[in-house]
Formats: sequence, C-alpha cells, structure tokens
Amino acid sequence: MRQLVETLFAEAFDNPYLAKMEDQARLDLSALQAVGDRLAFATDSYVIQPLEFPGGDIGRLAVNGTVNDLAVGGARPLFLSCAFIIEEGLPLPLLQRIVRSMADAAREAGVKIVTGDTKVVPRGQADGLFINTSGVGVIPKGCELAATRCRPGDAVLVSGTLGDHGAAILNARGELGLESQWSSDCQPLHGLVEQMLARCSQVRALRDATRGGVAAVLHEFAQASACSMRLFEAALPVRPEVRGVCELLGLDALHFANEGKLVAVVAAEQAQALLAAMQAHPAGHEACIIGEVLAGPAGQVQILTGMGSERLLDLPTGELLPRIC
Amino acid sequence: MRYVDEFRDPAHARVLLQRVRERMALPALRQRHPVRIMEVCGGHTHTIFRHGLEALLPAGLELVHGPGCPVCVLPRERIDDCVAVAAHPGVILATFGDALRVPGTRASLQQARAEGADVRIVYSPLDALALARAHPQREVVFFALGFETTMPATALTVLQASRERIANFSLLCHHISIVPTLQALLEDKDVQLDGFIGPGHVSMVIGSHPYEFIAHRYQKPFVIAGFEPVDILQSVLMLLSQLAAGEACVENQYARVVAEGGNRQALAAVSEVFELREHALWRGLGDIPRSGMRLRQTYAAFDAERRFGLFDMAESVAPEPASACCDQVLKGCCQPKQCPLFGSECIPEHPVGALMVSSEGACAACYQYRR
Ligand code: SF4
Repeated sequence: MRQLVETLFAEAFDNPYLAKMEDQARLDLSALQAVGDRLAFATDSYVIQPLEFPGGDIGRLAVNGTVNDLAVGGARPLFLSCAFIIEEGLPLPLLQRIVRSMADAAREAGVKIVTGDTKVVPRGQADGLFINTSGVGVIPKGCELAATRCRPGDAVLVSGTLGDHGAAILNARGELGLESQWSSDCQPLHGLVEQMLARCSQVRALRDATRGGVAAVLHEFAQASACSMRLFEAALPVRPEVRGVCELLGLDALHFANEGKLVAVVAAEQAQALLAAMQAHPAGHEACIIGEVLAGPAGQVQILTGMGSERLLDLPTGELLPRIC
Repeated sequence: MRYVDEFRDPAHARVLLQRVRERMALPALRQRHPVRIMEVCGGHTHTIFRHGLEALLPAGLELVHGPGCPVCVLPRERIDDCVAVAAHPGVILATFGDALRVPGTRASLQQARAEGADVRIVYSPLDALALARAHPQREVVFFALGFETTMPATALTVLQASRERIANFSLLCHHISIVPTLQALLEDKDVQLDGFIGPGHVSMVIGSHPYEFIAHRYQKPFVIAGFEPVDILQSVLMLLSQLAAGEACVENQYARVVAEGGNRQALAAVSEVFELREHALWRGLGDIPRSGMRLRQTYAAFDAERRFGLFDMAESVAPEPASACCDQVLKGCCQPKQCPLFGSECIPEHPVGALMVSSEGACAACYQYRR
C-alpha cells in the first residue's frame, strides 16, 4: 500500500524539488527574496465528511485552504507540504481521484507540493483520510495587512455569497433530502488578493472566512482592533438555496463555513474602488459592501436588521446544530 | 424567496408599526398600559429577537416570552435517561440536533458522545428508522421530542416500523402538548397577560379549536401567527384591535398554512399511536397534568422506557438554584436581564436554567441578540 501511495504522489505532484527524493525540500533563497522581504508560513489540517462533495474534495480543500491562509496575509503562495493519514481500507480509486484533484488544484493555484508524508493507520483510527498541508509564501515589501489596523469609519466587504461551502457539505451528507444542487465555493484567493492590493493602498485587513464563517472573522477583527463592526442585513449576499437551508434548519449563513471567500476592511474613501477591483476578478465577481467599522463598544458585532433595528451577532460556538422541533 | 421576503418587507412592517402605535394611543388601551402579550412559541421568540422587533414597539406594549420551546422545558432527568440509554452496549441514540447541548444532571448528549456513546443527529424520525434498517444488529433509540409539530412524524414512523416489523427500533417519548400548559399559566394568579400570539406550527396540526377556551373562559384574545416579522406585527395589531374593542376571540393570522380544523390525517396518526400521560414534568414549570404523551399499549414494543426499564419520569426532579428566576421569566413576571444569574453564572455554554438552553429560549435569545 505504502509503496503504491508514494508512487501515486510522486507522479501526480511531479516537480524538480520532489524529484530529488531527499528527506527535505531545498528552496532557493535568492528566488524568494526577489518576490518580497518576509516569509509567510501557515499550516492547517483537513478533516471532512464526505471526502468528495459538489464543488470539491478534501484534496482540493487542503490546497486552497492553506493557499488562502497565506494569501490573506498578502503573501504570494509558493510551496506546500502535504501529509496524509489514511485509514486502512480507503478505496484506492477514491484516493487516486483525491490526489489528482490536489495536483490540479496546486497547478491552478501556481504552487508546488515539494515535500510530503504518508501514514496508513488501522481501520477505525481515522475517518477515511486526513490531510495536513503547510505552506510557504513571500510577502512583498510594504504590505502590512493586520486586523489591528481596522479604524472607525472603514468599510467591510465580502468577496461573494455567504455559506455556500457549509450548506453544500450539509447537503452532501444526504441527510437533508434536498434535491437542489449548488457547490462548495472552494477556490484559491491569492489572485483576487493580488488584484485588490495592486489597486488599493488602504486595505487594512483580509481574512478568509472558513470555520465559524463571516461572523467569526468579524469578531476577530472587532477584538483585535478594539472597534465594533456593524453589518447591514439587507446587504448580505446569500444564495436562495443556501437561505432555504438556513430557514429550514434555523441556522445563520453568517456562521457557515466558506472555502473561497474573504472579508476585507478598507478605508471608507477606497471602498468603491476596492469593490470594483474585487468584482473585476472571477473569484470576487459577487463582492459586496456589507458593513462598517464603528468606534465601539470594543469587540462587538452588530447587525442593522432589515426591519431597521439593531441586534448583536453572536460568535458561533462549536458545532452548528440544526433546530427541528 | 417566496413566502419569506414578502413577510420581511420593511415598508410593510413600518405601516403595521404605525398602526400598532395608533392603537396603543386609543383611550381603551391607554388605561391598560402596560399591555402584555405572550408569544407562546419559541420560534416567535427567536424571530422577535433576531429582527429586533421589541425595540420597534411603542412604550407600554410588552412581549412576554412563553414556554413554547420544547428544548427549554425539557427536564434534565429526561436527558439523563437518554444518556443512560445511549450508554447501553450496541445502542445508537438518534436525536434532533436541538437536544444535543441540553445539560442533564451529569452530562449532555454531546458530552456523552465525546465519552464514546454512539449519538447521531437526525433530521426526522424516519432517518432514525433508516438507521435501524441499516444496522440490524444494533438497537436504535430515537429521542422523540417536541410539541404537536413533530408528533405526527413520530407517529407515522412508529406505524411504518410496525408494518415492517422492525425489531431494533424504539422511542424515548417526550412529546408534550402546549394547550394544558397555557391553561396552567392562565390559572396562575401571578401571571398578568392581555393576549396571546399563538403557535403557528403546532396549530398547523391541531387547528384553532383547541384554543377556544382561552377566549371564552378566560376572555383573552388569541391570534395564531406565522414566523416572519410582518406576521408577528400583524398579529400584535390584531390582538390590540380585539383589546380596543373589548373582544376576545381566536383569530388566525397564519391562514396560508393553518387550517381551522388542523390536519386530520396527522391527528389520526397521533391518536392511533399515542395516549396522554397522567403527569408530565416541564423544566421550570413543574408537573403539568395530562400534558405529555406516551406510546399506547399496542405499540409498547417500540417504547424505550419499557425496553430499558426506565421508571416513570414524573417521579423526581432536581430543583433549579434558588436565585434563578426561570419560573418568573417564563410567566412574564420578570425580564431575563433581571435574573441575577443572567450572563454571569448562566450563559448558553453552561446554562443554569432551561431558558438559556436553546436559542429559542427567552434568556438565550436575549443573551445572543441583546445582551
Ligand atoms: S438567566 Fe438562567 S437562571 Fe436566570 S432566568 Fe434565565 S435561564 Fe433561568
């Protein structure tokens, strides 16, 4: 099995770094320095059921997730490591599909998978397949994105519709019995980020809205900057199908995970320019201005409801539980 | 989205709010201030907080958040029963996600799952039956929870299981009925209410007749309402109109869903499968006679209480701490924020009282959306 897997990886991810077959990838410093003056380094582990879902699979997710963690720091993602923990008995064709999809995702994102590891564990000790990826990217000189830089008056933007990934996964588990077909938004964001930063000098902070959704990101921004965030409920972009799932289960799309959407905070005077820059990129063509940064109370996130009243937006805790009864 | 957006239309809401203000200024209502209206159902409580409706209502009009959230009135002992059953070797305990975080006296089902019990979230009792079919060597127990809204689906599932002679499926039945509880509230001297926003989903099943006594015997207006902001505002307006005219009757604002006679087929299935229990415990309210359901003798084979030898749950109940104001909040005698435990000892992650448990409980909704 092990042998088989290693050949599979070597073929799929084929690149000069990997082909050297050393225990470590060796990256040329001068090439990195040509891109910027700081390394960005990120890691994430991917655990998801089902392993394949509309719009992606765990492999594509593992590439794009780490690429996006680098991208929202303003970094150009360059290299990934990947480690597989495979449960004994995972069907080989499934593994092949996932590895190929991972290789495709890496190619599309312009990153190379330069080092890796595989462990096969006995049945019952893993849920099919776990993947960890770590990534290295380079941050161009002068790029200083940080949540602490949000200021009262700034505008809050989102790069597209909320909750597509979370709702697609819920539906893909087949328990909702919904016919409706929509896909996870799983996609790399570094191209979008590059375009945003090239056109707007006053972008304060970016973050990809994965687990905990846009709500969690806004809470992080509010806490880090000691400001408060106010959302306009009427401006939130949510696909009708996703809204249907939310209404059905008593859940909030603001809490749903996304895998290819970012939240941006920008100085008010550049809000329109940033919106235009985002909408001009395929990964941001449904971008919207969804809120603003207020002076306080520090750490709070509020929503201006469609009815014209204000309420708090809670920080999601743990697993999202549907309300049925 | 059809049937949702039109009932969230801000312009429509503004018109209704203006008319609510006008009604409240009428002399007949001015002397009643405060006018106190109870929304019975947790779904309404959630809508009210989620859309910030309270802040839009004129002074002198108070909404009292009622007991109609099945998770909030679930006694901890019932969760203990579930945890105990889930601990039996070979058992899969299937539950709605709603019940997962409700604390028992020792653990919640979520904690039990973390400790190794096989607890699965299902979206309908039929999913639980499907689990039983898929795992014939396991014992699948469905925690049947909720008001008349979820009762018919449970009943139909039992009938299906019986037809298919599925032997490894049973119910832990905690279905309850809201109507006896409304009566108990109306009999309570502490409770001062002027009218009710009636539960929409429950009424879809039982119709509007079971509430007639509220209007006749207790002279309280009752309006069955839908779940969108415009539904609620319109129902408030209808209640105020009745009050201003000195009338009390049952009206149906949710006619797009609720038929006067309810759903006959659903009711037939329910009465085929279930019978009333003499006693049923409600968290925060205590024993309310003839408000709970259990399986009839004919379907005893599907009764997890009998299968696992649980004794009748009305026997013992652990009291809430003395400083908790749950019963006061439930009866509308005090606001969540006035409870000394609110937001300190009692928060959604570790609720002291029932109302902090589900986001449809008055305290949790208040904590989540207002604080
Ligand atoms: S805050 Fe907690 S203890 Fe106090 S009334 Fe609400 S649920 Fe009960």
